[in-house]
Amino acid sequence: MDQHSDRKFIIGGIILLITLIILVRLFFLQVIDTSSKLSAENNSKRIDFEYPARGLIYDRNHKLLVYNQPAYDLMITPSDLKPFDTTELCDILKISRERMKEGIKNSYKKLRDPFIKQLSPETYAVLQERLFKFPGFYVKARTLRKYEREIASHLLGYVGEVDEAIIQADPNYSLGDYIGISGLEKSYEKVLRGEKGQKVYLVDVHSKVMGPFQGGRFDKDATVGRDIVCTIDADLQEYGEKLMKNYKGSVVALEPSTGEILAFISSPFYNPSLLIGRQRTQNYLLLQKDTLQPIFNRPLMANYPPGSTFKTINGLIGLQEKVISTQSEFYCDLGYYSGRVRVGCHNHHSPLDFREGIQNSCNAYFCNVFRRIIEDPKYGNVTEAFNNWRRHVVSFNLGSRLNSDFTNELPGFIPQSSYYDKYYGKNGWKALTIISLAIGQGEILVTPMQMANMTSIIANRGYYYIPHSVKEIQGQNNIDERFKEKKYTTIDTANFRPVIEGMYLAVNGGAGSTAYWARLPKIAICGKTGTAENPHGEDHSIFIAFAPKDDPKIALAVYVENAGFGSSYAAPIASLLIEKYLTDTITRPWMEQRLLETNLLYKN
Amino acid sequence: MKRTINIFGSIDWLMVIIYLFLVFFGWLNIFAVGYNEKFTTIFNLKLNYGSQLLWILFSFILIIIIFILDFKVFPFFAYIIYGLSLLLLLLVLKFGTEVNAAKSWFRLFGFSIQPSEFAKIGTSLALARYLSGYGITKFTLKTFGICAGIIGAPFLLILMQPDPGTALVFAAFLLVLFREGLPGWILVIVVFVFALFLFSLLLETGIIVTALIGIVLVFHFILNRKPKVFFTSLVIFGIIYAGLFLANKYLEAGIRYDLVIILALVISSIIYIVLTLKHKVKHVFVLLIFLYGFVAVPYSVDFVFHEVLKPHQQKRINIMLGKEQDPRGYGYNVNQSKIAIGSGGFSGKGFLDGTQTKFDFVPEQSTDFIFCTVGEEWGFVGTSVVLLIFAGLMVRIIIVAERQRSKFTRVYAYAVASVLLIHVAINISMTIGLFPVIGIPLPFFSYGGSSLMGFSVLLFILIRLDAMRKAYL
Repeated sequence: MDQHSDRKFIIGGIILLITLIILVRLFFLQVIDTSSKLSAENNSKRIDFEYPARGLIYDRNHKLLVYNQPAYDLMITPSDLKPFDTTELCDILKISRERMKEGIKNSYKKLRDPFIKQLSPETYAVLQERLFKFPGFYVKARTLRKYEREIASHLLGYVGEVDEAIIQADPNYSLGDYIGISGLEKSYEKVLRGEKGQKVYLVDVHSKVMGPFQGGRFDKDATVGRDIVCTIDADLQEYGEKLMKNYKGSVVALEPSTGEILAFISSPFYNPSLLIGRQRTQNYLLLQKDTLQPIFNRPLMANYPPGSTFKTINGLIGLQEKVISTQSEFYCDLGYYSGRVRVGCHNHHSPLDFREGIQNSCNAYFCNVFRRIIEDPKYGNVTEAFNNWRRHVVSFNLGSRLNSDFTNELPGFIPQSSYYDKYYGKNGWKALTIISLAIGQGEILVTPMQMANMTSIIANRGYYYIPHSVKEIQGQNNIDERFKEKKYTTIDTANFRPVIEGMYLAVNGGAGSTAYWARLPKIAICGKTGTAENPHGEDHSIFIAFAPKDDPKIALAVYVENAGFGSSYAAPIASLLIEKYLTDTITRPWMEQRLLETNLLYKN
Repeated sequence: MKRTINIFGSIDWLMVIIYLFLVFFGWLNIFAVGYNEKFTTIFNLKLNYGSQLLWILFSFILIIIIFILDFKVFPFFAYIIYGLSLLLLLLVLKFGTEVNAAKSWFRLFGFSIQPSEFAKIGTSLALARYLSGYGITKFTLKTFGICAGIIGAPFLLILMQPDPGTALVFAAFLLVLFREGLPGWILVIVVFVFALFLFSLLLETGIIVTALIGIVLVFHFILNRKPKVFFTSLVIFGIIYAGLFLANKYLEAGIRYDLVIILALVISSIIYIVLTLKHKVKHVFVLLIFLYGFVAVPYSVDFVFHEVLKPHQQKRINIMLGKEQDPRGYGYNVNQSKIAIGSGGFSGKGFLDGTQTKFDFVPEQSTDFIFCTVGEEWGFVGTSVVLLIFAGLMVRIIIVAERQRSKFTRVYAYAVASVLLIHVAINISMTIGLFPVIGIPLPFFSYGGSSLMGFSVLLFILIRLDAMRKAYL
């Protein structure tokens, strides 16, 4: 008889148990876990991007500065690969056999990665004619920057490939995209980049296109980037770079009536063409290692004491606070002495009035002025008077960022009273303790850009527009509103006249003029020399100037590092630039010659 | 006594309907895999779905032949059919075409025939014939030996192709033997050895050997219930093990940890046998035989894994066990298959709308991985319906088996159910990563003539036999 009949239940049970296990697993895989839906979509979807050309950049006179050159990425469709003459292809591309093998292997894993990025037009020309011999290879056109004039690299900035952090932060970018990394390229990225186009395809396992994804619903055409007219005068910039080539330092030139940046020089500079394409990373590292720091953006990031140029500001504050008048005279006996404090001065006649004080850059004069400001009885105590002084100073946008359209700007430093409280104790300091502020030394630090703006304010007799680097944007009626806003300082317009006259005398006053070298017979240049004390070596030569005196077209600040007195190098450079900008001629070739033949790059 | 029977009245229509549903739904999914815009006609023999139609037609012809034939030919010719299938398995070793490094196909007139599919039918018939023979009332060692021979012959021949996956299917027949009286513990031991096999791949041999000794000691205690003896054995083993361990360490002999344990085991078991002979402790020999048998498993696993299995099979097992992650390499199939099934979600992407399916992301899509298409296009609704229908078919076969008066039909029915079970379980499990990828088809679903015709014949012999159940009185 069949004595094992009951085992049918065990066997039936096994069947049902297995069914249940599989059912549970299927439920998890299909209903609970959603990750495979994403994987499936990524699997079968391919996005082909169309890269638009970046917008062009022109100078203020609509001369072309930056445009695009075609570059070709060599791509592989692995499913179309057929045996080919590898030696020939290696020769054309100038790569090794190993590199070829590696690249082909990678193409199976990462379908959208180029086999070779940015072929040169020359290589492409050769390859294109023979591409039919290499099935599976195709070329994708990209664009790289090209520079019509290799100038203004610090202002224009450069373009590079996006990294993982950028992709994470901004969904507009994906692997292989370019983005402005510094300068105008960065701050106007949205304008310049245009809109990437895309075609979304359904692909099979060999990445062969099977048709549009969802009827092409996500496809769109690329929009070319918009052009920009920047405020730079290319000829002035080029000439400035030529003059500065052998010096460390910076030149910033502004148009006072608009705040537009006419020239933006950081020396030593680099050729912007070094930072495009495949060589960018390598060249960048080289530039970074250079001890002369060519990538350092001096106009925005170098903090120097303003030196004697700051006497103009103290003079203005003195007049505004009425602690002196233009007739106030002070004696100078080769310096200023009070108790243990001693500030030396050079030899000039004495006493001097206000204009002569500026003309001769008399230290004693401005120590007296500063002392009167800080010890002004109407404020009751030193701290209040100092705070008032500081209020005037920061109204010139010193000690804070200009918040303009350039990147990586440093704020400089104008100390607060609390700074001295901490250092000397509350009420532990007085005017004499901080007397070096009178002559622009001590704790204060400004950037060349801020200095240029300060000069522009003096030229305008009391107001400024935020210095900016873009004049027009294609397809946009106006540049940013904030560049159109007139900003006033705390100083009355009338008080600027004596300062400007002093600056005029400093250049054109004959004997005792500190900036005699800067004068031009037909143009009324106003200027002020300065020397920034440098604890590490020879002092920095500073000169601020604007011209013409009564209708200023250009205001500039020139810093030449390790060059000694302001009159020696900075003044002639400024003078030549003014002449170049206003008359487009150079009448003093000997001066130019002298500047070109000296080299202070390696001097400390 | 024999009555005239209305065949159509006695046919089990439920099985027939399930069969037709599975074949039709299977074809729809094969069509979905092959479908593209250039589609013109379903009768395109160059494409899978076209030729599958031909296979379906052939299967129907075979079914009609089965019904035309006298039902008695099946028991009568059982051994001959079995013998023929063995002969084919022998011939394929010599004249077969190599596909995927295994000689398992005949190529004739442009058709490929896989004799292992027919061996399943032959083995089922032979088992049924033998076990329904006169005098087989108790399941003796001899019965087991002959059955093991019937199953073992095709198993070994297929292993020699080598096609371990298909060979594994023959393990299913153990269920048939179990139903016919094979002691349950043999089944348990087979399952235990299989588990041991898997653990041997995962864990250090030393740990497994230690665990085995522990398990046997526990059994020893349960069977004898003599704490004194239990602790004696524990202490003997402990002292010898500790001695050897320390000796190995301080003499710096550098013997492997698992070998130290085994040495301790051998010495202590000899001492123990001598002791137990005096105290008449039961089961000691049996337990020791099992213990040594089990201890041999990890070592033979090591040997089989490294010497018998091919690198790609080793890889697949490692991936299933989670020892290797390589979604672009050997794990690619499973990974893609899981993505395809998972992306179907609850209700699926819709017929002909599966991207993973259409665009060849899953290899072997129409054959071994056809379940992916079900998963992607029909979702959890589709997969669970298919699974439950398979389960229903198997349960139905068991019910049918149990209503037979003929032992031959009953044994044969269980053989059919077991073969279906192992195919469905392994095939679906491998598509969802529960089992290593071994290439066996999903019955009635997968593309392929041999498989479809083989399973059709297998099932319809049962339906034919069942239709005649009243002929036996």
